[in-house]
Amino acid sequence: MTASEAKAYYLTQPSAPGPEWARPVRQKALERFAALGFPTTHDEDWKYTSVEPLVKIPFAAGSGGDDGAERRIADFGVEDLTPNRLVAVDGRFSNRLARLGDLPKGVIACGLAQAMSAHRNLVEPYWTRIADYREQAFSALNTARAEDGIFLFVPAGVTLAPIQLLFISSAAEDGPTVSHPRCLVVLGRGSQATVVESYFGMRDEAYWTNAVTEIVLDDNAVFDGYKIQMESERGFHIATQEARLGRDAVFTSHSFALGAELARNDVNAAFVGEGGDCTLNGLYVTAGFQHVDNHTRIDHKQPRCTSRELYKGIMGGKSRGVFNGKIYVHAHAEKTDARQTNRNLLLSEEAWVDTKPQLEIHNNDVKCSHGSTIGQLDDDAVFFLRSRGLDLHAAIGLLTQGFANDITGRVKQAPVAEVMERKLSEKIDLMAQEKERW
Amino acid sequence: MLVIKNLHANVEGREILRGIDLTVNAGEVHAIMGPNGSGKSTLAHILAGREGYEVTEGQVLYQGKDLLAMAPEERAREGIFLAFQYPLEIPGVNTTYFLKAALNAIRKHRSQPELDAMDFLALVKEKTKLVEMDQSLLNRPINEGFSGGEKKRNEIFQMALLDPKLAILDETDSGLDIDALRVVAGGVNALRSPERAMVLITHYQRLLNYIVPDYVHVLSEGRIVKSGDKRLAQELEEKGYGWVEG
Ligand SMILES: Nc1ncnc2c1ncn2[C@@H]1O[C@H](COP(=O)(O)OP(=O)(O)OP(=O)(O)O)[C@@H](O)[C@H]1O
Ligand SMILES: [Mg+2]
Repeated sequence: MTASEAKAYYLTQPSAPGPEWARPVRQKALERFAALGFPTTHDEDWKYTSVEPLVKIPFAAGSGGDDGAERRIADFGVEDLTPNRLVAVDGRFSNRLARLGDLPKGVIACGLAQAMSAHRNLVEPYWTRIADYREQAFSALNTARAEDGIFLFVPAGVTLAPIQLLFISSAAEDGPTVSHPRCLVVLGRGSQATVVESYFGMRDEAYWTNAVTEIVLDDNAVFDGYKIQMESERGFHIATQEARLGRDAVFTSHSFALGAELARNDVNAAFVGEGGDCTLNGLYVTAGFQHVDNHTRIDHKQPRCTSRELYKGIMGGKSRGVFNGKIYVHAHAEKTDARQTNRNLLLSEEAWVDTKPQLEIHNNDVKCSHGSTIGQLDDDAVFFLRSRGLDLHAAIGLLTQGFANDITGRVKQAPVAEVMERKLSEKIDLMAQEKERW
Repeated sequence: MLVIKNLHANVEGREILRGIDLTVNAGEVHAIMGPNGSGKSTLAHILAGREGYEVTEGQVLYQGKDLLAMAPEERAREGIFLAFQYPLEIPGVNTTYFLKAALNAIRKHRSQPELDAMDFLALVKEKTKLVEMDQSLLNRPINEGFSGGEKKRNEIFQMALLDPKLAILDETDSGLDIDALRVVAGGVNALRSPERAMVLITHYQRLLNYIVPDYVHVLSEGRIVKSGDKRLAQELEEKGYGWVEG
């Protein structure tokens, strides 16, 4: 399909209308998608990432069939990471696959469609208001087409045991499918939650996940989030995670991008109250012909907020990574303390990364820094390890793992760290083999 | 054990080694001395298999095999160990994890069973004692934040752990205070055995008071210009290199 054919195709793809109150917004979102169309590399935000490979394929709406999902969940090793879990298949909440222990009083963990009708008062104030779809074609399409998703509400003062959100694509064999997972997390004043999102497919087919996650942190709320992106090597993953931080709220996001042929991951956080704290950690690892684009934006709209950002990339084969991180300090955000670092390791001559850290500061009383590096494995270090008896493959693996360690080392949940490290070392192992052959 | 015949080598087109002949037998300790830039580290690196050197002439036999045809890890597994003049810091790579992998790769090659975590730690304990090294250093990434002396000690510790047949120590004594020198020398002496050979590269007679070599060689401008026993080192100390360079 051409871009305009693709646009027309998705404009006419049917989806359930949802509750009455939400229809005008979804209609508006559809109009915005119609107006914006798919981005091209002429758009500043998409300069290094062409969505042409995605646009070409007509993705049918996913069926939401969850047969055999348990097997797949176990295969990915994410079965028992947390006491609680919610699952959406093709964006549709699966009651059958949910595992919830004794939740503290007032906690709501359910499908988004259900929440939109049963808990409208908790959804409407936030839904589509955190992640602005008006200038983002993919978010607009998600908003228009997402029929369901996952909703999590933690009332004031409550600490919720870690919960997993699994977003699985049914990835049918009989043709490529698309899903629009949508997720809303609302944390009341002083509440705390640890949320582990995983994205993967039922089969290693071509499919497209177009996700939007909105996270609201009321004053003093604490959110510790992990996202593990393990889509199929033929899959497409476009996702936006957007957080809004109230006064003294603490938001941490760890983003691990391992899968997909083409992935675009936006993580945005905005301080709307004073004294907030935001940490964005990211690790993207690409091999073969993979392409992963990370965009982050931190909006310092209020005084005395702190942000720390560290993204690291490992690119092998002919793969390509992108990092674009923006820190925006608004005029009255004095005493902002922001630091951003992006480091990249290229494992092959033909791997590539574009890195663009950006600071935009409209206040003089701030502490801000940013920097990025691109490097290769140190030959002397490789030789040292080999001189101690490790073969080339093991030496490359160990050094690459070493490069990633300060990101994986920041994972506070031991079972999550374990699964991360396992996935990572599997992938690094493959990449080391790939490199050894060069 | 090691036979070097007429070894010539270039670095970036410049001839650094210009015809080295050296034979080292099991049980022997050889000291190589020589002015800065004479090619001592170059020789050590070539023996350990570092890339970037072009051997233009000559050959090296190790246990009867063509050493230069072997990959660095093969050499290590066959028993060659190089203690580096400038040990690297490698952030992110845990020392204990790395050493266990290295030791087991070597043991596997020697058809010895791999060590499990318990046995490995017991061995580590024994060997850190030998070089009086603080074991907690091993919980850090390789050499990260180590003092100069700690790095050198770590090299000798690794040598003790990996149990080589031919150990090449490139200026392990440089940068050590007197106590550390004594400890490191003690560690080296403890490893002296009829099956093991050692090549000590050093600038100082000092080390050779502790580790008494069987042979002393003077390397100058890529050639061994003089060989003798330990008295040669004393003479050098008194007269300087000018005396042999002539
Ligand atoms: N990678 C390299 N590139 C260029 N020149 C090199 C390289 N490695 C070694 N050399 C040169 O080779 C010569 C011998 O160096 P080498 O390090 O072997 O000396 P050395 O005898 O160990 O000296 P020192 O006592 O100072 O350690 C020096 O002139 C050095 O500059
Ligand atoms: Mg030297």
